[in-house]
Amino acid sequence: MEKWYLMTIVVLIGLTVRWTVSLNPYSGAGKPPMFGDYEAQRHWQEITFNLPVKQWYFNSSDNNLQYWGLDYPPLTAYHSLLCAYVAKFINADWIALHTSRGYESQAHKLFMRSTVLIADLLIYIPAVVLYCCCLKEISTKKKIANVLCILLYPGLILIDYGHFQYNSVSLGFALWGVLGVSCDWDLLGSLAFCLAINYKQMELYHSLPFFCFLLGKCFKKGLKGKGLVLLVKLACTVVASFILCWLPFFTEREQTLQVLRRLFPVDRGLFEDKVANIWCSFNVLLKIKDILPRHIQLIMSFCFTFLSLLPACIKLTLQPSSKGFKFTLVSCALSFFLFSFQVHEKSILLVSLPVCLVLSDIPFMSTWFLLVSTFSMLPLLLKDELLMPSVVTTMAFFIACVTFFSIFEKTSEEELQLKSFSISVRKYLPCFTFLSRIIQYLFLISVTTMVLLTLMTVTLDPPQKLPDLFSVLVCFVSCLNFLFFLVYFNIIIMWDSQNGRNQKKIS
Amino acid sequence: TPTHPHATSEWTLDYPPFFAWFEYILSHVAKYFDQEMLNVHNLNYSSSRTLLFQRFSVIFTDILFVYAVHECCKCIGGKKVGKELTEKPKFILSVLLLWNFGLLIVDHIHFQYNGFLFGLMLLSIARLFQKRHMEGAFLFAVLLHFKHIYLYVAPAYGVYLLRSYCFTANKSDGSIRWNSFSFVRVISLGLVVFLVSALSLGPFLALNQLHQVFSRLFPFKRGLCHAYWAPNFWALYNGLDKVLSVIGLKLKFLDPNKIPKASMTSGLVQQFQHTVLPSVTPLATLICTLIAILPSIFCLWFKPQGPRGFLRCLILCALSSFMFGWHVHEKAILLAILPMSLLSVGKAGDASVFLILTTTGHYSLFPLLFTAPELPIKILLMLLFTIYSISSLKTLFR
Repeated sequence: MEKWYLMTIVVLIGLTVRWTVSLNPYSGAGKPPMFGDYEAQRHWQEITFNLPVKQWYFNSSDNNLQYWGLDYPPLTAYHSLLCAYVAKFINADWIALHTSRGYESQAHKLFMRSTVLIADLLIYIPAVVLYCCCLKEISTKKKIANVLCILLYPGLILIDYGHFQYNSVSLGFALWGVLGVSCDWDLLGSLAFCLAINYKQMELYHSLPFFCFLLGKCFKKGLKGKGLVLLVKLACTVVASFILCWLPFFTEREQTLQVLRRLFPVDRGLFEDKVANIWCSFNVLLKIKDILPRHIQLIMSFCFTFLSLLPACIKLTLQPSSKGFKFTLVSCALSFFLFSFQVHEKSILLVSLPVCLVLSDIPFMSTWFLLVSTFSMLPLLLKDELLMPSVVTTMAFFIACVTFFSIFEKTSEEELQLKSFSISVRKYLPCFTFLSRIIQYLFLISVTTMVLLTLMTVTLDPPQKLPDLFSVLVCFVSCLNFLFFLVYFNIIIMWDSQNGRNQKKIS
Repeated sequence: TPTHPHATSEWTLDYPPFFAWFEYILSHVAKYFDQEMLNVHNLNYSSSRTLLFQRFSVIFTDILFVYAVHECCKCIGGKKVGKELTEKPKFILSVLLLWNFGLLIVDHIHFQYNGFLFGLMLLSIARLFQKRHMEGAFLFAVLLHFKHIYLYVAPAYGVYLLRSYCFTANKSDGSIRWNSFSFVRVISLGLVVFLVSALSLGPFLALNQLHQVFSRLFPFKRGLCHAYWAPNFWALYNGLDKVLSVIGLKLKFLDPNKIPKASMTSGLVQQFQHTVLPSVTPLATLICTLIAILPSIFCLWFKPQGPRGFLRCLILCALSSFMFGWHVHEKAILLAILPMSLLSVGKAGDASVFLILTTTGHYSLFPLLFTAPELPIKILLMLLFTIYSISSLKTLFR
């Protein structure tokens, strides 16, 4: 079949799945007084349209920051403003100041869902298609299958089109950034990534790998000549894009500080709600959130995060390669997710995007990770009554990956990129030959646990004394899985050196 | 579900008895989902559990459809053996049938149980291809008693079975050999049809309600066209009538007082008179339909070409009845589209006809889904199916 027909069909399938998921309820549907993320986005359209820029991030009688105050960088605010203009054109009641609080109607839901679809279609989907087309040493059919599997990833679909958020915008920009930097269009790539950071500050999870990779490239070109030129150009691009985005807020020092205070709420504590990271899981055994004072918690999370990601980043700076860059994105974002401050469960999407990018390299482990990442958001999805779409999209994704990547045949050591690691271990432990078998068993245990927990959460009621039992169990199990993946990805990065120099440069 | 003549609502049973029994079985399963929906007086009742049950029941009964597609793919010979799976005619046929846009939206969104009924029809066609004529006839008889719309294609079945099964041999030039008539086969066919009909209509004959059943099945009071016009000949006829009446009024040929006020375009289901052109009676539509199917029936009788000829005749019967029938639903176009898929992977000429038929037929189904959220779905699904069918058939007949 010709390539374009197949690619169109795959994109259409992705769009169809997205729109059908969007027919389900959104977060906070029919739940006054606070509703949910859907109402937050609508409220931001109201605020940005009706109030002047100077008041967007400040508490005032018109803008009550306790009721979904703006806590994303300026680009989100501009996007909300754009949507508000369209909303005004259709029905001004949707964004009327004060009176439109908690506005819910079929037409409005249609409008909001369309904004997500349009943003997705303009930014994320073209990035995915272009990324897969630029993959090297893969047949056309495999590239198209890759696009299908990435587009079917359940986590992003469920959060963006179910729960209601605009993650596809920031992730799309980040993906453009990865694409640009991998194809040696460094300036465009860094511009795209700056846009991503300015859309959602969580993209900072990806910033270290970008920084190290570009720095490594500059070092390779030689700091006396071309490298320095590149470094200067990159710095100018970054600074210029930040100035452009933050222009209205640079007029006064207080403005900038207030925005920063909204973006990084250090007063809010180590974690909120149940999230599959170390601190929440540790809290089950030992209530560190209450024992340790706030600044100790900050320092502790800072140290753990940076210690865990340092090896990979140093390696990337010294040996910049596209493949290493992608894997470092994964491990960096995962370190941040597991150890950082104020992490939300939706932040796992920041790890899932890089994992989607390495789907063609290590299909088995990537599919496993993406399934766990969707599972880790189960409590959130159940709260939004998204059980049916979650189950269906997860099964569709799993079947697609199994069919197109034959993941169960790719579990040998070499396929898992663990060959050099196991060779090194075998120097000390000659009997270490069963690595792939262990990993297969772990996969089976992991999937069984996830399915069992899902069934239990849906059918049983938790005991009276432990009302959060199932959410905590879900987080705990996911956290264990994520720790395993952190170790695995770091191993791949660190033991890649022997292969990197011997084989041809594989992007 | 009520099986007695009671005007309890506008949605009373108007399918043959087997379908009623089917719904009866469903209702027994339904009570595990939601008791409330079984209350006769609970009209327009909908809850999320009801919805869940209904949708799952359609998906479950589609298993028969999947099996039928499997059987059909077995008996369709490939034109060439492509290297890859996606280029094999069997694969293309199964995608064209299983992902048929019309079936998807009518069954799973608009909501009906056509999946397993078409499964029965495709299965009976497959049995005829496999020369298991008795099974094919039996399945078709059962199908007729599930949904009488399949009467549209009954002539094709009747003529084919008579000509190719009851007359066991042909002369050397292909024409009929009268002395090869097999009484055994005719009688066994008749017996099968009789038994099935007895099973279905027998209880109502005993209860003396046959007349009522027939009047529910063939509601000739319902008018020439359905609320949503099926795109058939009578739609054009009505349109012409309207245009002529408007022109007539403008040019003062007609007296405005004599024109009936109710119009055909109002979207209601009633009987109307035409203003300028002669009014159409059910008998007239029957005669038009018979004239339209005559050529294909003649061909099937005088020049039988085996199961493939039968399939062509079936499609033509379905199309003719669609064009000229009384009170045709636009969903009836599926009766022509699905069998046509079987022919489309055989010859290039058939493939191009199939593409035209299927694209326009599916487009004509658009008004079935009219709410705003469903608009992107129907556009996306239509695009998906159309692009796939065009590209795959083009590749097959490169």
